[in-house]
Amino acid sequence: MTDFRMPSLGADMEEGTLVEWLKQPGDQLHRGDIIAVVETQKGAIEIEVFHDGVLEKTHANPGTRLPVGTLLATIRGEGEAPGPPLPSAAPAELPRAPSPPPPRAIAPQPSARRKITPAALRRAIGDGLDIATLTPGPDGIIGLRELAQAPAPPKRRTGGINLDEMRKAIAAAMARSKREIPHYYVSSTIDMTPMVDWLSAENARRPAPDRILSAVPVIKACALALRKVPGLNGHFIDGRYVADDSVKMGVGIALHGGGLIAPALDGSDTMSLGDIMQRLSDLVARVRGGRLRSSELTDATVTLSNLGDESADTVLPVIYPPQVAIIGVGQIVERPWVVNGALTARKLATFTVAGDHRANDGRIAARFLKVLGQVLQTPEAL
Amino acid sequence: MTGSRRITYRDAVREALQEALRRDPRVFLMGEDVGRYGGSYGCSKGLLAEFGEARIRDTPLSESAFTGAGIGAALGGMRPIVEIMTVNFSLLALDQIVNSAATLRHMSGGQFSVPLVIRMATGAGRQLAAQHSHSLENWYAHVPGIKVVAPATVADARGMLWTALEDPDPVIIFEHAMLYNEEGDVPGGDSLTVPIDGAAIRRDGTDVSLITYGGSLKKVLAAADELAKEGISGEVIDLRSLRPLDERTILNSVEKTHRAVIVDEGWRSGSLAGEISARIMEGAFFALDWPVERVCSAEVPIPYARHLEIAATPQVPGIVSAVRRAMRR
Repeated sequence: MTDFRMPSLGADMEEGTLVEWLKQPGDQLHRGDIIAVVETQKGAIEIEVFHDGVLEKTHANPGTRLPVGTLLATIRGEGEAPGPPLPSAAPAELPRAPSPPPPRAIAPQPSARRKITPAALRRAIGDGLDIATLTPGPDGIIGLRELAQAPAPPKRRTGGINLDEMRKAIAAAMARSKREIPHYYVSSTIDMTPMVDWLSAENARRPAPDRILSAVPVIKACALALRKVPGLNGHFIDGRYVADDSVKMGVGIALHGGGLIAPALDGSDTMSLGDIMQRLSDLVARVRGGRLRSSELTDATVTLSNLGDESADTVLPVIYPPQVAIIGVGQIVERPWVVNGALTARKLATFTVAGDHRANDGRIAARFLKVLGQVLQTPEAL
Repeated sequence: MTGSRRITYRDAVREALQEALRRDPRVFLMGEDVGRYGGSYGCSKGLLAEFGEARIRDTPLSESAFTGAGIGAALGGMRPIVEIMTVNFSLLALDQIVNSAATLRHMSGGQFSVPLVIRMATGAGRQLAAQHSHSLENWYAHVPGIKVVAPATVADARGMLWTALEDPDPVIIFEHAMLYNEEGDVPGGDSLTVPIDGAAIRRDGTDVSLITYGGSLKKVLAAADELAKEGISGEVIDLRSLRPLDERTILNSVEKTHRAVIVDEGWRSGSLAGEISARIMEGAFFALDWPVERVCSAEVPIPYARHLEIAATPQVPGIVSAVRRAMRR
């Protein structure tokens, strides 16, 4: 038997609200299946399992807010006999989360018009609550009582994300980063002309929906350079650096209305530019809709912060723990530059690596920037 | 309350009549058996001896005639009080009340007013069967040009009459037959008159608005006591005036409680409860956490048999269940 617990989806997460089970006891589970949806400060996150087996028992009801580490479910491994009924360990609920009645005793059809009383509707609208997230009472009706039992109404929302909570999460993570991580910064200005020219030719060739943003070759180039210069890609866990074999680039995605999330783009170093573009579009859409997978929130091994669109020349970013480095990219802008002893106009961008001095040194970051500059001179090889 | 007295509803009505007859020589009482017999519900006992036959007038069994005479007297400057034995019999005078009393101010362009007060008993509970027990208050509350009040407490029975007499337009006072023996407090002091144009909150509450009037008030208060034991806090509104309705008090309460249960001894179809429900829908729809509940009489002529009479009219258990429904319990 394996315990499945409320995962920590980031350095800043202390608790999450179980929104729904997507698997029921008796269902076959495969590694990577999405088993549940958990509401966090970063929106509704789809939680994946990391074991094959059968869902033996669930221990928590949707609608409850649970601390990280709370037992959510028991998974029976392949070949294990069904266990005796487990003592139903009551989850350690926080006091503000009254357990709602078993969900939908008289379950309305999902497509059916929801029965919500005028008073509840008025309050839900006033509080900016998403009616779709409310659980009806045993009689199938959403009244003031169900609203009172719903998680505290957020004040501002965009998509599925509570911006006030998001701000708090960023504050907690960044304060911890600056408190604990001795940052150093190393910068380099890189000639982006070959990449920009190659990309505009490449995009001219591609049908409109397949065109590639300039961020994509930058992601790929950074990923390749990180592979060639190990030491910046991984996590700082229990006082030491643990390298990762593959590069899962956390890509900072800004939210309309403020805040940002940097979900992991796995395979940054192996996928084609077209595939990375597709993954990026998918991530942006899901970040803004507040529907990410748990692995995307936790897996990033390094982060790219690109403020080029905002006409910033230099970005000195803050590391997202437990990562050990973050790369800041400024805008690509045409400037005077000396090539082969002659002054010429080139398209330039300044890259800055912020590194965790407990895990690595500026020399590694400088070497990374040098390799990155080389990689970007042959964009056709990306 | 200092100086307050505990008297019956019947005594309160008699005192009110006595006071009016003493204060204003234009006041006289007219109706069937009001003089020698002392009123069919005993409200005018002793008044004939004190005020004489000119002011306490026994009439033939002729509701249309004596009500019409009352309208004429009012037009002529008197302040008549017409007693009709029960609301069932008042139907014989409906033409006088609806076509004359209620209309003359409007039809005369404001030249004439009809300062007439009509008192009548209403309601079931005394095994008087289908011709003496109905609650037709809403028939009158439907008609513009008259005011309709329903004193539900002894203090209101004592205090509403003088205010009604001072009103320049016809006022109908409904006295529920089951209230005459009820005891209650009337305040001490000189002025016992009360306004007749607004509702009263008889019990503050937060969970549900219980809206009622007249003979149902004591049942609703008993239901509220029972509900309080279950932790349900009922706010009890005594309408007092059935026309005009004190919409503001009703809507303010529903905005607070989000639930309304209307208790009305009239039949459900076309009832005053239906009108109040509509007003709530119009004025407080978005405050509602449950459809407005109505507890009314069964759609039958009120039966004679005791158990059937009880079953046909609103009772405490029915009110309690309606509130539980509204609370989704």
